[in-house]
Amino acid sequence: MQHLHRSHIYGVMGEFGDPAELIHAVEKIRAAGYRRVNAYSPFPVEGLSEALGLKRNMVSTICLLGGLTGGLGGFLFQYWVATTAYPMNIGGRPLNSWPAFIPVTFELTILGASLAAVFGMLALNKLPQPHHPVFNVPRFTHASADRFFVCIEAKDPKFQLTECARILQEVHAHHITEVSDD
Amino acid sequence: MSAGQPPFDSPEIRRLTPVIGPGYTYGSVTDKISAIVLTRPTSLGWYIGFLIAFSVMGMMTVAIAWLIMKGTGIWGINIPIGWGFAIVNFVWWIGIGHAGTLISAILFLLNQKWRTSINRFAEAMTLFAVACAGMFPLIHTGRPWMAFYMMPYPSTMGIWPQFRSPLIWDVFAVSTYGTVSLMFWFVGLIPDLATLRDRSVRKPMKIIYGMLSMGWRGSARHWHRYQSAYLLLAGLATPLVLSVHSVISFDFSVAIVPGWHTTIFPPYFVAGAIYSGFAMVLTIAIPLRKVYGLEDFITMRHLDNMAKVMLATGLIVAYGYFIEFFMASYSGNKFDVFLVQQRLHGPYAPYYYALLLCNILIPQLLWSFKMRHNVAVLFIMSIVVNIGMWLERFVIVVISLTRDYVPSAWGRYSPTFWDWATFIGTMGMFVTLIFLFVRVLPAISIAEMRELVAETSEDEK
Repeated sequence: MQHLHRSHIYGVMGEFGDPAELIHAVEKIRAAGYRRVNAYSPFPVEGLSEALGLKRNMVSTICLLGGLTGGLGGFLFQYWVATTAYPMNIGGRPLNSWPAFIPVTFELTILGASLAAVFGMLALNKLPQPHHPVFNVPRFTHASADRFFVCIEAKDPKFQLTECARILQEVHAHHITEVSDD
Repeated sequence: MSAGQPPFDSPEIRRLTPVIGPGYTYGSVTDKISAIVLTRPTSLGWYIGFLIAFSVMGMMTVAIAWLIMKGTGIWGINIPIGWGFAIVNFVWWIGIGHAGTLISAILFLLNQKWRTSINRFAEAMTLFAVACAGMFPLIHTGRPWMAFYMMPYPSTMGIWPQFRSPLIWDVFAVSTYGTVSLMFWFVGLIPDLATLRDRSVRKPMKIIYGMLSMGWRGSARHWHRYQSAYLLLAGLATPLVLSVHSVISFDFSVAIVPGWHTTIFPPYFVAGAIYSGFAMVLTIAIPLRKVYGLEDFITMRHLDNMAKVMLATGLIVAYGYFIEFFMASYSGNKFDVFLVQQRLHGPYAPYYYALLLCNILIPQLLWSFKMRHNVAVLFIMSIVVNIGMWLERFVIVVISLTRDYVPSAWGRYSPTFWDWATFIGTMGMFVTLIFLFVRVLPAISIAEMRELVAETSEDEK
């Protein structure tokens, strides 16, 4: 293992064969006081978010805001079109015929909420991001197939290369590697 | 029920017909599905099939070009039958799309594991069906290059769309449906695109899949938000799919045309949409699993469940026909009574009887366990139901329009060569897109199959 200068290290990564081992490892590493820890898996692993201590995310809030914007905006827009921009007197019926505006309001609510959920999720995940240091690990291609990875990041105040490698060994990680930061 | 049949949905049935074949691991599931796209050589059969489909699509291109040159006069439409094939086919195609969203969204919310191996191509089918459907109202306008008039934009003429019109609701419903379906499909694809990026050997493929996957790395923090977004999308797509065919039924039921102006239309249209959609999923799934050897992923359990959904929605549709008939007779409204009689005895009566045969009578075979487990029967049945649902839209559009209130406004309708060329052409487009899809993208969600492997191995413990 060639040692890089600390500032050129993104973290130390270990590999696991199944989700149970991964969760066990994450719990151990966090119990040892590491906070800048992340896990990588080929599918969402149940219980992993809790093990990593992830809090409720903002996606649902963004989605709600998107839905409100779409719905309110859609309704008010139709109101404005029907009463102000292009009023049409049809047999003296009220211009603000709101029940007729409901289908479009509904569709725009769904549209706004869905767009917000998807683009909100991508933005919070900082995607698209074509390159990331973890891709420097040759075996990381397995993270999209059949292997599970844990990375203790160098930004962690407790980070110390040999100590991190030791704790990964303790939780029976395979292929413990340094992740270079470029 | 025959004597030897195990009890309904017993553990025994589940064991006999699991949602995934035995002995699969994360790696082997990944290998098997990604190999279809990455390593399997393109077979001669694929080229032949693609060529045929693409030629049929070419016929559509010619038909549309001719339409744009000559106008809608080349079709069989006339006054009073202004709608004709264009609207029949539009409603038929968009209905087919509904099963994809139902499988991906509603079955996801209901936590049905069997949805996993069929949701990806069912969603693709939705998108392609919506693409075929969307074309019809567009070309039916006669001047498709003016279609942007339907969108609200600040024009120099100062005019705005009429938001009280169901036809404008349609524009919003269908375009929202198309957009949300596309996003749902794409979000589901992101992890699989990352798999293809990591497994493809050739540089151009790596770059294309890499760009499409947007640098997905399976980070737990990403999965955390990804799952929230996916769940929210499923929750949003569920009311959306119910609203889309309801809005399309408003195109009919808001008009005061006999046979159209009924409150049963929205639920009955939605049920019919799901009915024809599941039939189309079967039409695609059966050859797909055979050709690509996916019998372990799309098991008899899937086919059986889809047949059951078809049977259930088919009965709702049958109930709709009955209620239409009953309400018309019971209301005593002479125009409605007359219209129902026209369905039974009028010039288009053969279509109505064919529809009853295809949609109600023949699908009753699905009550039998043996029939539901006979792949050939299911395949034929799925085609029969698709024909039946097309006939239903034909009957609704044509009979009502040819028998309006005043006998002087009555008419006849017969499609021309160009009507058929456009309709069959869209089928070519649909099949072309399906061929391309199974060749370049994973037809089954790999990430969700891995999840299924994890879940089933937990069940066994």
